[in-house]
Amino acid sequence: MRISRRILAGLATASLAVTATSCGGGGTSGSFDDTVTVGILHSLSGTMAISESTLVDTEKMAIEEINAAGGVNVGGKSYKIEYIVEDGASDWPTFAEKSKKLIDQDGVPVVFGGWTSASRKAMLPVYESKDAFLYYPIQYEAQECSNNIFYTGATPNQQSEPATDFMYKRSPAAGGDFFLVGSDYVFPRTSNTITKAQVKQLGGKVVGEDYLPLGNTEVAPIISKIKKALPEGGIIINTLNGDQNVAFFKQIQDAGITPSSGYYVMNYSIAEEEISTIGPEFLEGHYGAWNYMMSIDTPASKKFAESFKKRWGADRVVADPQESAYNMVYLWKQAVEDAGTFDDNAVREALVGQKFDAPQGPVEVMPNHHLSQTVRIGEINAEGGFTILEETGVVLPQAWNQKHPSSKGFACDWTDPSKGEKYKL
Amino acid sequence: MELLLDSLFNGVAIGSVLLVAALGLAIVFGLMGVINLAHGELMMLGAYTTYVTQLIFKLPILKPFYNSYIIVSIFLAFIVSGVVGILLEKTIIRKLYGSPLETLLATWGVSLILQQFVRSVPLAYGTGLVISLLIGLFLPTTFPSKIKESINFKYFKFSSWIFAALTGVLTGSVISSSVSKLSRASARNVDVTAPSWMRGQVEIIGTAFPKTRLMIIVITLISVIAITLFLNQSAWGMRIRAVTQNRQMSDCLGISTEKVDIITFGIGSGLAGVAGVAVSLLGSVGPNVGGNYIVGCFMVVVLGGVGNLLGTVLASFGIGIMTDLIGAGRLLSIWPNMPLPLSNTINFFATTSMARVMIFALIVIFLQFKPTGLFPQKGRMVEN
Repeated sequence: MRISRRILAGLATASLAVTATSCGGGGTSGSFDDTVTVGILHSLSGTMAISESTLVDTEKMAIEEINAAGGVNVGGKSYKIEYIVEDGASDWPTFAEKSKKLIDQDGVPVVFGGWTSASRKAMLPVYESKDAFLYYPIQYEAQECSNNIFYTGATPNQQSEPATDFMYKRSPAAGGDFFLVGSDYVFPRTSNTITKAQVKQLGGKVVGEDYLPLGNTEVAPIISKIKKALPEGGIIINTLNGDQNVAFFKQIQDAGITPSSGYYVMNYSIAEEEISTIGPEFLEGHYGAWNYMMSIDTPASKKFAESFKKRWGADRVVADPQESAYNMVYLWKQAVEDAGTFDDNAVREALVGQKFDAPQGPVEVMPNHHLSQTVRIGEINAEGGFTILEETGVVLPQAWNQKHPSSKGFACDWTDPSKGEKYKL
Repeated sequence: MELLLDSLFNGVAIGSVLLVAALGLAIVFGLMGVINLAHGELMMLGAYTTYVTQLIFKLPILKPFYNSYIIVSIFLAFIVSGVVGILLEKTIIRKLYGSPLETLLATWGVSLILQQFVRSVPLAYGTGLVISLLIGLFLPTTFPSKIKESINFKYFKFSSWIFAALTGVLTGSVISSSVSKLSRASARNVDVTAPSWMRGQVEIIGTAFPKTRLMIIVITLISVIAITLFLNQSAWGMRIRAVTQNRQMSDCLGISTEKVDIITFGIGSGLAGVAGVAVSLLGSVGPNVGGNYIVGCFMVVVLGGVGNLLGTVLASFGIGIMTDLIGAGRLLSIWPNMPLPLSNTINFFATTSMARVMIFALIVIFLQFKPTGLFPQKGRMVEN
């Protein structure tokens, strides 16, 4: 299950290793002029392993696809991508240590990695002090904009804001009151601060919020609060983490808090993988918001899902975090080819403005190192997937959220030296 | 009235989860003084037993009885965790009586081993292993006394272990080939789905109660009553109480303290397994499920007073009711026109995280005044 996706952030390290295995052969059809070694850093052990290993699988698949198509072409030479996989062990300081190892010892030009925000926060100083580059693929709480991190997941305005808008205006519980439930850590609290500001703007009412300490599965007090605050049904925004969702949905269903009695839950951490773990019978009729959903009916989306199943097994599913991980490998490849070098600074410059025809549709790298993406709202169906109800056009990322009181009016732009990490609009 | 009933029910529901989880520990830690950090993992084994039983009951031959799997799994979980507990006692804890620090470290190690075990070993073979342990440990005790006393008993014992191992491997393979979900190791959390008769709610005096919660309360009540009867009415219960009170004297009077230790530890561990069934109904089942409860268990036992079941019962329900009162902000609905500073304070603590903080703080304060808990055991020998 994809536990704690947001909490956790990922890592993309950018260290480049231009190892030279030179082989003198011609540069086409499977033979390469040289190799480049990249770093992959996710948890392969510990509580996060289940979620993060799906990203490793996806990144490996993307690299294999690129190699099969002739590798990376830099300065007229074709490079085969090789990778070193390191285990962050679900332990945040380990992420920082392994990053140092990948950058200093292995000399990789880029690191793809991380999941929890805690791991990203632990790695950030390493990449900034060594001026290396991390690619981080998880949708997260934003309020961060580093020159040394490239974020391919959604920011809150690319997930929770359109979702709140949908719930208040167009869901079956439209106009109803909101109750916010989350695990007790940075992502849910930040996300809910934004949601509260937004609900107020929309003219709605947040009648309660509660946070479950990580590891706690006793939902009874939260259920009494929901019943008291929303006696006739209403909208519940859920940012609980992996496991706790199982306890939450089992118990609210037993307590009669279901779509048929007027309670609709919008989830920000439940993708296809989690639906199969929790069980579609507990989730049917509730909602999710993502950039990518496996049920997107386009050739690019189908091809992505099919290649993944072909590579890793027919019972596997793809979900939003994997799509972000897949995109970031391709975007790196494009940027390196445009820059004509693996050098960090040149690649960073070339990265902004890169466009990619991703499984979710077109994405583009913005000057704040985040991606412009499409947002989709889906209803969870009995088959364990999403029935897509609506999709937005391309939404620009806000590294500094415009509804959060502490970051309103600020933005980030790394292409303009006078603006940088946080400047006033 | 409805509000009060609802609040009371919630408190009792939360408390009974704590109680069923802490009951085994109250015996192992309370009566025997063993700090068993693997208690949570014995619960986890109980939860996994429920999962395995559920899948086995989905097989065509057992399908007609599917609805009763949860009842069967209560007994199986008791046996599985009990057997693992007995093995633990025989191999590790026995050597460490009287050295709490070493026990603590050793049992913590065991808890890590058990967690990794369920991650790395396919559950089908785990089941096979437990079955062979069960046969290996108990088959020799069923031999007629003529064989038991014979000089060749060790050979009989040896051959029964071989038989046990073979049976275990065989059952493991049979389960693994008939239930594909159990044939591969996985670190993924799994789910127990309550049978349909246990889903939904039941209405009592105008208030709706979730059936799974009622089931947990029933499991807890039965466990408490059974264990109280056992300790107070049976011969072995009397021996256990005697050994708890004065080990040397009981030994002198001809009570086999070794056997008493095994039985006590086995029962305590078995109860952890029953608790595992209960918690599997509430959330998902994973290697870490036990770790979520262990702190709460020790808290309950310490608060209740070591060595006293009544204390454990009251402490669990006390904590449960307090959790609900504080966490759900009920005082405000009982007394809506509370003066402002007070109502703000109550609102501040009316979240699950803050309620926990508050309850821990209250327990710490309470233990300052009554360090031995609600119902301390009295008597000189208790101190050493």
